[in-house]
Formats: sequence, structure tokens, C-alpha cells
Amino acid sequence: MSEKTFGAGPAVPVSLPQFTPIARSRRFHVERTLGVGLTLLGIVVLIAIAAPLLTQYDPLEQHFTEAFLPPFSPDHILGTDNFGRDIWSRIAYSTRLDLQIGLLSVTFPFVFGSLVGIATGYLGGKLDTLLMRVVDVLMAFPFLILVIAIMSILGPGLTNLYIAVGAVGWIPYARITRGETLATRHLEYVLAARTIGCSSARIMLQHILPNVIAPALIYVFTGMVLAILTGATLSFLGLGPQPPTPEWGAMIAEGRQFLLLAWWMTTLPGLALLVVGVALSLIGDGLAERRGG
Amino acid sequence: MGRAAYIRRRLILMAFVLFGVTIVIFGMVRILPGDPAFLILGDRATDQKAAELREQLGLNRPILEQYWNFVSGFAHGDMGQSLLYRQPVGDLVLTRVPVTLTLSAYAMGLAAVITLTFGILAAINKGRWPDQLIRVGFLFALTTPNFWFGILLILLFGLTLHWFPVAGFGETVPQHLWYLFLPALTLALQLSAVLIRNLRGQIVLTMRSDYIRTAHAKGLSERLVLLRHVLRNALLSTVTIFGLQFGFLVGGAIVVETVFALPGTGQLLIQSITARDYPVVQAITVVSAVLVIVVNLAVDLSYSFLDPRVTYE
Repeated sequence: MSEKTFGAGPAVPVSLPQFTPIARSRRFHVERTLGVGLTLLGIVVLIAIAAPLLTQYDPLEQHFTEAFLPPFSPDHILGTDNFGRDIWSRIAYSTRLDLQIGLLSVTFPFVFGSLVGIATGYLGGKLDTLLMRVVDVLMAFPFLILVIAIMSILGPGLTNLYIAVGAVGWIPYARITRGETLATRHLEYVLAARTIGCSSARIMLQHILPNVIAPALIYVFTGMVLAILTGATLSFLGLGPQPPTPEWGAMIAEGRQFLLLAWWMTTLPGLALLVVGVALSLIGDGLAERRGG
Repeated sequence: MGRAAYIRRRLILMAFVLFGVTIVIFGMVRILPGDPAFLILGDRATDQKAAELREQLGLNRPILEQYWNFVSGFAHGDMGQSLLYRQPVGDLVLTRVPVTLTLSAYAMGLAAVITLTFGILAAINKGRWPDQLIRVGFLFALTTPNFWFGILLILLFGLTLHWFPVAGFGETVPQHLWYLFLPALTLALQLSAVLIRNLRGQIVLTMRSDYIRTAHAKGLSERLVLLRHVLRNALLSTVTIFGLQFGFLVGGAIVVETVFALPGTGQLLIQSITARDYPVVQAITVVSAVLVIVVNLAVDLSYSFLDPRVTYE
């Protein structure tokens, strides 16, 4: 795989650096992208925090007499599922879990990947060659299949999901920071730091890191979309958090058997996933475009 | 570096990556603490069963011998016995691969049509409402979970309108195309979302170059300039990304097959995981990685033929 290719891996918006100057009229557009994204994400976070205040129902509480109520029923705004559980309550509580999945799944990859990328980019030599070969090997696997294979050994569950996604997810961060570091290491301020006798560790952490971390930080939003979608996919396939825990992917899977009877059971949790995905993508795009301009 | 040297280097790199892939798959089940036999058997494990499985998988031999058997087995098409089906893994996987490959190829075809249509449309209307609409629409396509979108298509076009079958693969080629349309569309829309961004950007960039201005100046029609001059160059980078997305496509196919109950490798993989049929999981993972490696190599090589300016680094 040639080292400049960016597009490998799952379909997520990898924002390439913009080489063309952004016209003044586009600045408004960029700010709007960012603004819409932040607003949407704000609403989602608020729902996650205030879930108990927004609904009077326990997401796990079953009422068999009230099963399959359609949306806009008097007491259940988004209807109920086959166990008579309130769907709005399940979606709202599941927001917590899915945001947690997004956040925790990117933490380790971001920290580890960025440090590895900076170290190999700055130190170069055998270490760098080794990293690039490891990256080549891991990128040969379709992301989802490798994650599924790891989960098949570790077994289903949330912790194992983090481990599986983390084991593969650090690669983009390492590639991004490595590339940036390669472009930075010969700049004057780095040479100056080296001349006055700074240690390699100090140069990497204090001088290089602050200058190369921004693109990796922007990629975090793409990474979160990917992590949340992967989490939902795995729990759709029965490999994620186990029932009756409310999780969007699992809710979609549960609703599948009742597709004609209760379309809302599958449709609504998917919309929730979509909103979070769009919010995070817009923020990522907005930040990338702003940085480019 | 000339083209021959470049190809040689790429082949050596590919051999190395293949070696790494086998190490990862081989090591995966052995790197974890505990007895792999018990790990694979899960709640069904008894001492006797574990001993049998160790014997069957060769886990009681020296590690290097195990690895050698694993690799040479794969090279000969012998990937062990399925624990669930009690038949050779190779046969099992090979009967499923055509479905997955047909689905992937179909999705790529649809994605090419969608990308060309909307990528060009967005680029020639840059900044105006068709461009905005396409941007927003495919942003949604990009973040939509494909399994959910597939279910929605089933609900709308299968169960409600009865235009398409909701499950299965069909018997004849026209039937395959008909049965696979919705699953292929599900994959294609997501794939196009990535490609359209790229193609639009490339067309816009190419339109600014001098030789396009020359083409306009010598009086060529808008249409001719676009098709003959702009597109030919803009497509190069899109084709590369197209190839690189193959891994994503195979991963997506796994999920979409489950949704549409297609008898492909994806369905087999999910089934094998639930049944802890580890040899099958292993085989599918290796086969998919090999597919990705081969496609990527093909794309890189074809790229070097398509674009005379390409430099071999």
C-alpha cells in the first residue's frame, strides 16, 4: 500500500487538506457547518444527561398490556415495543451508552496512535519501518471483519468491544501524526531545540506534539462516528452489549422481527444513530475546513 | 525507479503483508491467556472435549510446527475442519465466496454509476443548490448505519411495495441481479458517499487548469471538454480510492448479507461466531484479507499504467 493513500478503511469522511484557498463567501459556510454540528451534538448530549427528567418510564420496565403502541400514543410519544417498553425512554437512555462507546473507543487509539506516530516520525530508522509494516498488515484486513474476529475470541460485551476497536483503531492517528511529524522535524525550531540540548522525549512532547496534534484531534470526530457505527453494528449482530440493555443497534435488531407490525421499533433508533453521526461528521468537517482556510 | 522495479518491490511488500496476516490470525487465538480449546468451546467445554479439540486443531504440537501446518495448509487449500458443519472449511467457504463477490461487484457497479452521475452534477453546479443538496444527501448516506438502511429498503420496497424480494439469492443470473439489487444499493450508496466527495473536488480542481482553458478557448463544446479532458484526469484519483475502499465494501457486505439473508460468507461468519466455529472464522478472515491485498495491488499497478506521470516512490 503506498504511504500516501488516505482512503483506505471504512467509509468515513477523511478530510484531506485543502490546497485551494477558501473564498471569503465560504467562511460563512464553514462556520455554519460547525455551528449546526455543535448544536445537534449539544442537544444529543443534553438528552443523554437529562434522560431521567425527559421521561417518566424506566427503559427496562415491561408492560405487556401496552405492547406495540404506535408513536404519538397518549402516554408514549414514540410508542412501545413488543414488551411494552417505552421507546422514547429506551432511545434516550441508550444515548448515554452510545456516546460512551464513541468517547471511550477513541480515547486509547487517539493517545496511543498519536504518540506512536510522533515517536516513529521523529526517531525514524528501524522503528519507523517496523511501524509502517505493522500498519500495512493491519490495513490489509477489512476493519469490521478484524474487529468481529477479535470479538469472536474475546466474546461479546462492551469491554471486549473497546478492546477490539482499540486494537485496530489507533492506526489512522499514527499515520496522521507520523506524516505531520515528518514534515515538522526539520523545521528550525526543532533544530534549535536540539541544538540547545533538549532530549528527544522533550522535543517530541513539548515542541512537536502541540504542532502536529490538530489533524489527529480533528480525526477524533470521524473516529467517533466510526466507533459508534461499529458498536451499533456489533450489537445488531448480537456481539455488543447484551439485552435487555437499551442500545440503538440492538433495538434495531429486536424490531426486525416485527417490521410490518411495528415499523417504529426499527426506524426510530436508526434515526437516533443518524443524528449523532451527522452531528459528529459536521463538526469534523467544519473543523477540517476551518483549519484548511 | 522504473516500472519493473516498482512492480517487484510491490510484490515483495505483498509477500511480507501476507506473512503478517497469517501471523496475526495464527497468533490471535494463542496470544490470549488460557487454553484456546476452552476458549473456543466456551460453555460446552469439558476436559475430554477440550482434549479432542486440541488434538483436532493440533494445539498440542510445538508452536512452530503449528504455524507451519497452518500456513502450508492454507497454501494447499486445506483450512481444517469446521467444528459446526463437520466438513472441510475450504469447501464451506468456497461455496459462499461467489455470493459475496457478486454482491461486492454489483455494488461497485452501482456505485460507479451513482458517483459519476452525482459527482459531475455537483461539480458543474458548484456552490449552487444541486451541489448543496448532493452534499447533504450523501453526508446522510455516509453516516447511516448500513444494516438499518437495508432494513428500511426491505420495509419499503419489499414488504410494502413488493417490488423486490426481501431475502435469498435466486437461481439464474437475471434473478441474482434482481435479488441482489437492494443489498447492492445499500452498499453502493455508502461507497458513493466517499467517492462523490473526491470526484467533485477533483473535477473542480481540474477545471481550473490551463489546458482546460485552452480547450475552451479553441472552441470545444462544454460537454466535450468535460467528458474528454476533465473527467479523464479527475477520475484517476477517484479510481484509486475506489480500490482502497474494497476492504470497507467486503466488511459492509458481511453485515448486509445478514440483513438480506444472503447465503454468502458474511452469513457464514456470523453463524460461525455464534457457534464458536473458530476454524471458519479464521479462514474467512484470511480470505478477505487476501482479497483486499490483491485488489489493492491491482489498483496500484493499473494506476501506474493509467497515469504516465506517476512516479514510483
